[in-house]
Amino acid sequence: METLKKEHQLIVSVSPHVKSEETTGRIMWSVTASLLPAALMGTYFFGPRAIFTVALCIITAVLSEYVYQKGLGKKITVSDGSAVLTGLLLGMNLPASVPFYIPVIGSMVAVVITKQLFGGLGFNVFNPALIGRAFLLISFPKLMTIWTKPEAAFVKMDALTTATPLGILKEEGAAKLIELFGDKLNLYTQLFVGHRAGSIGETSAIALLIGAAFLFYRGYISWHIPVSFLGTVAAMAWIFGAKGSLFAGDPLIHLMSGGMLLGAFFMATDYVTCPSVKKGQLLFGAGCGFLTMLIRLKGGYPEGVMFAILIMNCFSPLIDRGFKTKVFGAKKETKAKEAGK
Amino acid sequence: MALATFQGGIHPPDKKELSKAKAISSTKPPKRVVIPLVQHIGAPCKLSVSIGQEVKKGEVVGAPEGFVSAPVHSSVSGKVVAIGDFPLSTGRMVTSVVIENDGKEEWTALKDNPDYLALSPDELKGKVKDAGVVGMGGAAFPAHVKLSPPKEKPVDVVILNGAECEPYLTADYRLMVERPADVVAGLKVLMKIVNVTKGFIGIESNKPDAVEAMQKAATGEPNIKVCALEVKYPQGAEKMLIKATVDREVPARGLPMDVGVVVQNIGTAIAVYEAARYGRPLVERVVTVTGEGIKEPKNLLVKVGTQVSDLIEECGGFKSEAAKIISGGPMMGFAMFSLDVPVTKGTSGILVLPEEEAAHTEGFGPCIRCGRCIDICPMGLMPSMLSVLSERGFYEESKEYNLFDCFECGSCTYVCPSKRPIVQLVRLAKSMTKP
Repeated sequence: METLKKEHQLIVSVSPHVKSEETTGRIMWSVTASLLPAALMGTYFFGPRAIFTVALCIITAVLSEYVYQKGLGKKITVSDGSAVLTGLLLGMNLPASVPFYIPVIGSMVAVVITKQLFGGLGFNVFNPALIGRAFLLISFPKLMTIWTKPEAAFVKMDALTTATPLGILKEEGAAKLIELFGDKLNLYTQLFVGHRAGSIGETSAIALLIGAAFLFYRGYISWHIPVSFLGTVAAMAWIFGAKGSLFAGDPLIHLMSGGMLLGAFFMATDYVTCPSVKKGQLLFGAGCGFLTMLIRLKGGYPEGVMFAILIMNCFSPLIDRGFKTKVFGAKKETKAKEAGK
Repeated sequence: MALATFQGGIHPPDKKELSKAKAISSTKPPKRVVIPLVQHIGAPCKLSVSIGQEVKKGEVVGAPEGFVSAPVHSSVSGKVVAIGDFPLSTGRMVTSVVIENDGKEEWTALKDNPDYLALSPDELKGKVKDAGVVGMGGAAFPAHVKLSPPKEKPVDVVILNGAECEPYLTADYRLMVERPADVVAGLKVLMKIVNVTKGFIGIESNKPDAVEAMQKAATGEPNIKVCALEVKYPQGAEKMLIKATVDREVPARGLPMDVGVVVQNIGTAIAVYEAARYGRPLVERVVTVTGEGIKEPKNLLVKVGTQVSDLIEECGGFKSEAAKIISGGPMMGFAMFSLDVPVTKGTSGILVLPEEEAAHTEGFGPCIRCGRCIDICPMGLMPSMLSVLSERGFYEESKEYNLFDCFECGSCTYVCPSKRPIVQLVRLAKSMTKP
């Protein structure tokens, strides 16, 4: 009988029997794609050296994940895109001019120590790319702060070096920074386009915003972390940003310089290391913003995004615990209990 | 105006177009029916026939034992040829009565009672009970039990569940379009039984013709209101439906009656009407046979006890290799291991999925803490935490995350990008610990 023949082939599994098309791989590859505009702008401004650095980061990240998993006899998960994404993010967070061993060491620290040793994707406490960068910044402080002057040209190989806007802001003040760029409007324009010194992928605000818009459109990130992060930074920059007087700072300079936009849209929003509950994400973002400004205004480093996110990563599990969701119908139950007392 | 709804929920493709336009048609009379003595939540029935006995259509073959139970009746006239353990679609073995159909369709004596609304609430409830009416949306909870709230829980609202939020299924939709007057009549009986003056019919707005038909049928009934609800799964879950239609929140672990509500399904309302008016027991129901794997999707009026294989044949057989056959909808239904199982009172649909539609998890990834499941959980739970705790064997700890408030709607598993079997892990934890 026909039906009997089929019967033996029936799949019996638990409900639900339909699932969305979303996969971890699709998310990772989409985030990777959303970073490409900013990475391309970085290449445009910092030359072929930028591509070389980013590519080296990605290749090392993928290879070290593969070798680690192969060596320990684990399932190879390179195709889920998360190692590529980590490599890309790390690359975008490096100055273009670093020698070749910098990306290699950074990627290995990111993938092997920060991610795999903690149990692999989903189990890492810290953002791997940021740990990679923090490790490099602490181990090679000099190499990590040589900033190529953006030239928008592929011809000149012996690039000039210069300071980042945040560095100038820290050492010489806002007036000097505006002076260097001519006027305020030109400063904003250059920051917006990305024509300034900095890490490869962090400079172009417009390119980062395009990528972020794509992530919002796809529903891969929500507004909670970026808005609370950037909002806190803007508020603190406005209130405390100017030396000597309150409520006179320039929030736009702070929002568009350093790793601010790259951090707020693409790194603080990392699923694994940020809180899962939306209300908790507001606190997380505000914490990132507060620490960033604390470091920028009072700390030893000109830039604080990286350390701010890493510090807040520690609190993610705690925040999730504190902002545990309310079960449907719970409110009335407590009210009824109170009324009964 | 924003449509009434609840927090959370998902939007799976509804696939109702496959069977939506197919008017309800009767199946060929089955040669034999297998009538399980348990078709409801509650105590099994006591066998009341013996092998060789001639039975008429509507005759009791299993009598209820205890209050939470419902009698089962023969759906054909004919001869009892076997009594034994047969599997249900869930795989559970249940004592069942096999009756050979003589094709005469001879009913037991039924009494038409056009004046049924003049009966007392208790008499009406008795009729519902005797007719073996159970919730026909899938859970199959005896209707008369829901209609007997204790004194300290006064009920003031009856809601009919016309959401039919499971993808693919169109049985309730067809009933609302084809028999709206009977639905309203059933609702009126229900309202009379629990003595309330407020009746609601909640329907998802992707069925505008059903909304219209029900509104038309309810004109002149000032106490009955038809509510169009946002299209969102699980809109038809009792607690979500109550929240959407009357904006009351059933307390956690509570019952609808805690907020003064009784919810019944559309098919149940018609069964209640037929019981009250004609004294007709529940022996047939509408089943949607659908899915990409069936040649000709249909909404069939099926005698309880008909084999699923007969329904497949009725719909032209399989289109391609059928990979998975589900009793009920794709979100909460059971995958069947055999086609030789009977349709019961709670069978709302038979869904045939080919290989490419049947999402079965061969492997799954770690939780990446994306929070999608937390955002969409209609119960406000943290399924990601439940799944992680259960996976590691921390069953007790999972109770801190309200394990037992989960009603297993499957929304979390649907959205999970790591394809984690969250519902299954929740069930595991539930079975390993006590509330």
